[in-house]
Amino acid sequence: MAIANKGFRGRRTESARQLPPGQHLTTDFPVLQAGPTPHIDLDDWRFTIRDERGHQHVWTWAQLKLLPSDRLTVDIHCVTTWSKLDTKWEGVSLDTLFESVETTAEFALIGSYGGYTTNIPVVDLLGGKAWIVYGYQGEPLSPVHGGPARLLVPHLYFWKSAKWVRSIELRNSDTPGFWEGLGYHSYGDPWREQRYAGD
Amino acid sequence: MDDGSTSKLHWRVARVVDSEPETDSAQTIGLAVPGWRGHLAGQHIDLKLTAEDGYSAQRSYSLSRPADGERIELTVQQIADGEVSPYLTGVRPGEEIELRGPIGGWFVWRPAEEARILLVAGGSGIVPLMAMLRERVVLGGAEFRLVYSVRSPADVYYARELGQLERDCDWLRVAVVCTRAATPQTARPPGRIGASDLAVPGWTPDDAPRVYVCGPTGFVESVTTKLIGQGHRPSAIRTERFGPSG
Repeated sequence: MAIANKGFRGRRTESARQLPPGQHLTTDFPVLQAGPTPHIDLDDWRFTIRDERGHQHVWTWAQLKLLPSDRLTVDIHCVTTWSKLDTKWEGVSLDTLFESVETTAEFALIGSYGGYTTNIPVVDLLGGKAWIVYGYQGEPLSPVHGGPARLLVPHLYFWKSAKWVRSIELRNSDTPGFWEGLGYHSYGDPWREQRYAGD
Repeated sequence: MDDGSTSKLHWRVARVVDSEPETDSAQTIGLAVPGWRGHLAGQHIDLKLTAEDGYSAQRSYSLSRPADGERIELTVQQIADGEVSPYLTGVRPGEEIELRGPIGGWFVWRPAEEARILLVAGGSGIVPLMAMLRERVVLGGAEFRLVYSVRSPADVYYARELGQLERDCDWLRVAVVCTRAATPQTARPPGRIGASDLAVPGWTPDDAPRVYVCGPTGFVESVTTKLIGQGHRPSAIRTERFGPSG
């Protein structure tokens, strides 16, 4: 099936490390989203984890900022084939936020200001794999990149790292989120190139 | 048609059937795709180029018109230091290219929808919006307005066809907004899209239109901020953004 496009050489990635299949490096930070950018007043901002029994754990902005934070440097991979290396973030590990949450649920549905949703297995949110981030490259995270706070799950395609994150609902069954209901892959592992359903 | 949501999107080998310049820096390319089963206006494809040593690069391109059987069409803007677009704008009929799709179920227009439609395009962001207009020519009853921002008149894609459609179709009005150099016959001085360009009588927030905005990130941010400032509901605005990714 593989064909060769005669005369195509490509702009080889001079990457410090291997990229997932089908990805190319960018130094920009492209923006992909389905609708307008919401602007959220920090006084009104809340983040909620709702467990499978309906119990709610709610943080205000001030409460979130009081929690111990991590600074991390990670690579991010967008399903539209760009990857960006060594992005620097600051935020709170979901392990910290889940300390007070008792759950045996296997699935999470992430919700955002503006109505976006995405589904992620709980096991992919814990164990040092996911954060609520509010800082990017040493600055407050801008609205166009998901500020005041977004989810960061760098080991999955970047659409899973929901901008303007508002809630995590813990569920016993898996519910497709926004893109996952429109033909995108339910899990989205860039190293297995899981872009679309069936990949 | 295949809605693509449950079945695997296979890579297919398409054959270039024609390639015509759209502007000085954009090319419209027709491709024959064996087994293509149609798509929705606004959807895109992923396209893959492979070098002789196996290195490959993928990019997404919007489809510019409804399928004609197994023929699909793209318009590719050449990005000066791009990886894929300079190759694509030079392809010749007969060449084979791998692609898969259709992809995307959100930035689409379906002919059965009756809401008034406001299309706002920035540069090559016209491509998926043109697919919607071409679909509407064939099917549906919705009223459309298009606000199309370009640097100068020479950058307008599909210029003759848009002029013809506006003359022939009572459901369409087109406003071209030039940011750097305007046509002599227009009274509007060159400049970026402003609130007055988006205040289209009959397409105000009270008329509850659905709005599609497509263009570079800065353009989409600027336009959507103005639309929301005018009172359009965020949930009525669908966006597609692109960066210079080659």
